[in-house]
Amino acid sequence: MRHTLKETASGLRRNASMNVAILVTMWVSLTLFGLGTLVAQQVDLIKGRWYDKIELTAYLCTADTTGGTCTPGQATTDAERHAIEAELASNPLVAATYYQSQDEVFEEFKVTYADSPILSTLKATDMQDLYRIKLKNPEEYQDVVSSLSVMPGVQSVQDLKALLDPMFEWLNWGRWMAVGASGLLLLAAALQIGNAIRVAAFTRRREIGIMRLVGASRTYIMLPSLLESLTVALSGAVLACATLAAIQRFAIIEKAKPALQGFAWIGWHNVAISMVGVVAVAIVLSMIPTLVATRRFLKV
Amino acid sequence: MPVITFEHVTKTYPGQKRPALHDVSATIDDGEFVFLVGPSGSGKSTFLRLVLREYRATEGSVVVNGRDVGKLRNWRIPKLRRNVGIVFQDFRLLPGKTVSENVAFTLQVIGRPSRDIRTLVPETLELVGLADKGDRLPEELSGGEQQRVAIARAFVNRPGILLADEPTGNLDPVTSVGIMKVFDRIHRDGTTVLMATHDATIVDQMRRRVLELHSGELVRDQAQGVYGYQ
Repeated sequence: MRHTLKETASGLRRNASMNVAILVTMWVSLTLFGLGTLVAQQVDLIKGRWYDKIELTAYLCTADTTGGTCTPGQATTDAERHAIEAELASNPLVAATYYQSQDEVFEEFKVTYADSPILSTLKATDMQDLYRIKLKNPEEYQDVVSSLSVMPGVQSVQDLKALLDPMFEWLNWGRWMAVGASGLLLLAAALQIGNAIRVAAFTRRREIGIMRLVGASRTYIMLPSLLESLTVALSGAVLACATLAAIQRFAIIEKAKPALQGFAWIGWHNVAISMVGVVAVAIVLSMIPTLVATRRFLKV
Repeated sequence: MPVITFEHVTKTYPGQKRPALHDVSATIDDGEFVFLVGPSGSGKSTFLRLVLREYRATEGSVVVNGRDVGKLRNWRIPKLRRNVGIVFQDFRLLPGKTVSENVAFTLQVIGRPSRDIRTLVPETLELVGLADKGDRLPEELSGGEQQRVAIARAFVNRPGILLADEPTGNLDPVTSVGIMKVFDRIHRDGTTVLMATHDATIVDQMRRRVLELHSGELVRDQAQGVYGYQ
């Protein structure tokens, strides 16, 4: 083991400039990859549990709501609720309906806005009972909206998709740009690793030749190269993780969150998930070219 | 008991029409000292490389220590080579390492514990006559001394078979005699030695079994032979 570690260290020194190049490429590409996964998590967070399953949300009245067909100071009555349910059940455009009470809505809200300062000022009675509605054909939302919004006890009918889809489109576009750029850079890093190993195998050819002839195992011969790539890749991953942490701390917590308080923002646990992804990608993407290159250049 | 058996071995390198070895059959017993002679390009090195399983035979079988090396899985090759040492004409020492480190290298890379290394390296250097030169770098040594280091490196793990590919090819006659004495010493301890050479003087002096190759064919297998026919 001592010889392996010594070889790894001297390899890192010998190929210093090459290793720095790989490190920087890995760092940038893994940061972009991590950003892509953060954006994906942010989008999922905003979408919540219901976004991909329903098209419309019908909010019912509470004693405090105004607007729509609400009677001021009065919540939707049971009779009104039954009428709304009957309308939803008989409407041929509706595929499914899910009812959520104030308490259930508040529970979900607490999960989504766990980190938000807004949470402490709200209680279950600030929420509205609601119906989440899935349509047979999402294009035909207008008819359902107009028939529901005139029913007594309905405060408003919202088509969340019309509101948020353009934003998600932008976010998704940015995310794929980041992931695409990171993919290209990771490919470059993988090729650099392959190259570095070819050069190292050439510089060490006499030594490797002797190792083969005296019966060193293939693993033993490959291990220094493997550890070298792994060290460089993991260093890149650590820098990328630090960059992601800095983005979370300085861009999201300090800037974005105070500016847009009504929004759910990703927390540290989301950053941790991205970091795990970054490390996993770093390991896989350094090992594959290493194994391919050692197989080619370090024949038994 | 045979330690190396060639049965109708033919080796043709990719892209070449004429085989490097053609239908060669020979058996070398445990503890023998055998010279492999013949002009350049006659197939001597190919013969040695087949024993080490650097290549596979195109036809026929090569059996070393009871194992058909052509059928050996890749991951088993290191085990074969730990029991077959090899010495080259150009020594192939590692220039940055001292004599002791060069010899210890063999043991380190096959994972022998340090206490074995501490005893085996000085013992082997003593055997080849370099007990006092362990701290030197290869460049500070003469050609003959460098070849002794190479022999020590090949023998330090005490392989049952020692191969040598023109070990005296780069050395003057007087130095060659010294090197041959080292091989003879190792052979007397029970090691099988197979030496490819075209140094007629040493073959004639030592009078051991001679296998002669010519254009890839085995043309002579003679006990206590000489370099050329007498």
